[in-house]
Amino acid sequence: MTLQADLMVLLPELVLALGAMALLLIGAIGGEKTAPAISFGAIALFVMAGAEAIWAVPSHASAFHGAFVADDFARFAKILILVGAALCILLADEFFAPIAMARFELPVLIVLATLGMLLMVSAGSFIALYMGLELQSLALYVLASFNRDHLRSTEAGLKYFVLGALSSGMMLYGISMIYGFTGSVEFSAVAHVVAQSGVGIGLIFGLVFLISGLAFKVSAVPFHMWTPDVYEGAPTPITAYFATAAKVAAMGLFLRAILIPFPHALEQWRQVIIAISVLSMALGAIAALGQKNIKRLMAYSSIGHMGYALLGLAAGTALGVRGVLIYMAIYVFTNLGVFACIQAMRRGGKPVEAISDLAGLARTNPKLGLVFSMLFLSLAGLPPLAGFFAKFYVFLAAIQAGLIWPAILGVLASAIGLVYYLRLVKIMYFDEPAPALDGDMAMGSRAILVVSGAVALLFIFAASPVITAADVAAKALLP
Amino acid sequence: MSLPLLSLVTFVPLVGAALILAMPRADAARWIALGTTIVTFALSLMVWAAFDPHNPGFQLVEKMDWLGGGISYHMGVDGISMLFVVLTAGLMPFCIAASWDSIENRVAEYMIAFLVLETMMIGVFCALDLVLFYVLFEGGLIPMFLIIGIWGGKRRVYASFKFFLYTFVGSVLMLLAIMSMYWYTGTTDIAALLANPHFPPQMQTWLWLAFFASFAVKMPMWPVHTWLPDAHVEAPTAGSVILAGILLKMGGYGFLRFSLPMFPSATEMFAPLVFTMSIVAIIYTSLVALAQEDMKKLIAYSSVAHMGFVTMGIFTLTHQGVEGGIFQMLSHGVVSGALFLCVGVVYDRMHTREISAYGGLVNRMPLYAACFMVFTLANVGLPGTSGFIGEFLTMLGAYIHNSWIAIFAATGVILSAAYALFLYRRIIFGALVKPTLQTIQDLTAREVAILAPLVVITIALGFYPKPVFDVTTPSVAKLITDSKASLAFDHSNHGALAQAASGKLAAAEKGTGQ
Repeated sequence: MTLQADLMVLLPELVLALGAMALLLIGAIGGEKTAPAISFGAIALFVMAGAEAIWAVPSHASAFHGAFVADDFARFAKILILVGAALCILLADEFFAPIAMARFELPVLIVLATLGMLLMVSAGSFIALYMGLELQSLALYVLASFNRDHLRSTEAGLKYFVLGALSSGMMLYGISMIYGFTGSVEFSAVAHVVAQSGVGIGLIFGLVFLISGLAFKVSAVPFHMWTPDVYEGAPTPITAYFATAAKVAAMGLFLRAILIPFPHALEQWRQVIIAISVLSMALGAIAALGQKNIKRLMAYSSIGHMGYALLGLAAGTALGVRGVLIYMAIYVFTNLGVFACIQAMRRGGKPVEAISDLAGLARTNPKLGLVFSMLFLSLAGLPPLAGFFAKFYVFLAAIQAGLIWPAILGVLASAIGLVYYLRLVKIMYFDEPAPALDGDMAMGSRAILVVSGAVALLFIFAASPVITAADVAAKALLP
Repeated sequence: MSLPLLSLVTFVPLVGAALILAMPRADAARWIALGTTIVTFALSLMVWAAFDPHNPGFQLVEKMDWLGGGISYHMGVDGISMLFVVLTAGLMPFCIAASWDSIENRVAEYMIAFLVLETMMIGVFCALDLVLFYVLFEGGLIPMFLIIGIWGGKRRVYASFKFFLYTFVGSVLMLLAIMSMYWYTGTTDIAALLANPHFPPQMQTWLWLAFFASFAVKMPMWPVHTWLPDAHVEAPTAGSVILAGILLKMGGYGFLRFSLPMFPSATEMFAPLVFTMSIVAIIYTSLVALAQEDMKKLIAYSSVAHMGFVTMGIFTLTHQGVEGGIFQMLSHGVVSGALFLCVGVVYDRMHTREISAYGGLVNRMPLYAACFMVFTLANVGLPGTSGFIGEFLTMLGAYIHNSWIAIFAATGVILSAAYALFLYRRIIFGALVKPTLQTIQDLTAREVAILAPLVVITIALGFYPKPVFDVTTPSVAKLITDSKASLAFDHSNHGALAQAASGKLAAAEKGTGQ
């Protein structure tokens, strides 16, 4: 393979890498006043990278001796990540500008983190995986504490950093064991060795460490502790970024790093995945019941949602992967809308985050109340909203793989989860109104809400293209 | 190409809801909602007109690609479902009219909720795909939750959560069963599943239980009926009408559509359980109804008892029992709806549903007393009202099946007379001594317009039920023959079936699992 062909595979990543450096230069030279222009540039970069991922990158290719692969799976995940990242920059712009915190570093950091994410979902070897992951993580640590004069924000960044480093270490340790027992870091080569020589105890240790590290990144139980604090402390648009793009990347990485190297160790990892999946669903649902802060609630909600998505991985089939991809696609759009709503929760110009601040929202601000509750009901998985289909396809795959009991536990957990989503709807619709929130919303948030609400409401009518795309992507991963 | 009548009748209410969203003024919302529901009702009558009663299969079928992989948008009605469509569309204008003055806050939202609910309910009876059915079946929960929670009484939050959670937990198990059926047969098409319903007996047991969990809660059967009295008491009048009139019927419809024909072995096995639960419901909830102090709660418990007759009739798998069950559901839809409207009439005037707050109303409200009497007697099952036909036929079916069941059920008839007449006496008769009642007004023109058609229907169907049976008989006959045939198939094919099952499953995995 020529260098040129290799670079073609990584074209979107190259655009982001070079673009990020250029933006950094412009920012450093031009100073703070360039911040809006740089935000715009970052969004333009994402659009460009997305266009290239769709049209320019070959659909079955690998680069640098298999370290990076380009396939339909990576394409699907990349587009989701780029959409999530672009919309989060839009949110960030509107969040930081009024409090005079709009700094040019923010979009640059988001571009760098997104670059890491794209590398993650394209990774074909453990080294590439780790590289992408760390690039992403380092940028995210900084982003979490970006509101640096704010106590909670710095605390969030620090917590995330310490725990994230620990999990990265665990993962690296697992990778080293896998390397030690198989003699390779490349996914397909590892799969080959496992197929031939079976699954030894050392490899299982490596696998468990690897899964632990990955579970931390998707915030699955029992590695979820960082999530509520970081979600609460980080500035809202950054939390949105954590909840959308970062989750897609981590889930994409999870799927690839388990399914490609270890298809022959299915029995060994499946029980672990089932356990963390069921625990995540249950804990997400139960712990969210008592929350008073909307962002903490969303953290527990995301823990639960990752549990459902992992059920698709536990199926271990292309159908399962399809389920996860559909799940993540709907999850990203719904969550972006929810965080746009949360960002719109301001009273007298100051952001408020208590759930009780939403009381009677349907009367004081009917449109916001309607979209907000619709998104929550979609997250709860109620038909006819989009969230139902997300759960539907995951459970469909789980049933097909014979995972009846995890599926039953899953739907029961969703019934518990329903209680807290309904509670939010109750607060917005049934309760006496709290003092009205500021009605005005910036254009970007408005647009996000429209898109997100439309996806939640209209997915039922236009589901089939998304399902087909996810199907193609899943078959690229597991033919 | 003829009109897609069923899609029209299903989605016209949604269009109305969109219109109201565009024009959210209270009076505009009322008129749009009324117009939409009347148009929908007219469309449902067109469905009836286009329906060929001699054809026992699905008619007015529409099929389109939807989610892919054998899950399609498939609509159609047969003799079992068609009249429920008409019933739903027919009750809605009354609900809107009954809410005309009594709903003052957030009128636009109220009307939107009702119209969305109507789409979901009509869709449930038309859906010929399991996933589509499930989506619509569950989709109705959100608007009903809002209707109870926003416009309900004092304990509305408790009631709305209870309503939602009970029905949701039952339904999600059904969803998993639907998925298992999909992987076993490769399709969720109801018509295809009915044509070839051979699930192995072991699997039938689980599937039956999962479907039962959903429909028994919806029906509601004793002992999972406790959400109903709460929901009824707290819901606004029109919400109660829809709950009793339509939502409960989805459970009975589900039994007829799925449990009986698709899982015949399991149905046979569990029939004694259903009979026991039905008998307990008939006797126990009738006794509970006797002790109620709240008018709506009393009618709610009487609904549970009446639904006991329905499940009893359906599971006898006799012509009389099944047709009686269907008729009972239709009749109860009208009668209980009307009773709730009657309660609404006095509630709007006095703002209390305590039975003891009334008495002697006949002195000032003779028209009201007359209407209320017709519905009370229909609720009792007096010959000459629609209530009699269904009750009689279900008991006849039960008697053919097992005379003990019929004997126990007959005590329920006596009890229903006791609580219904007791209620009537305490509210309508006696001296008008309560000072608050001295100025109470009789029915307004609007209320007469609402109640009069229902009186006519109740009596007309009691004397001349033929229009209903013309429609239902062929389909019910087919249902019974088919499910008996597949029961015989199950009995004769245990071993061969298991083998076929594993082969079929493997084929399904191959076909769709890549």
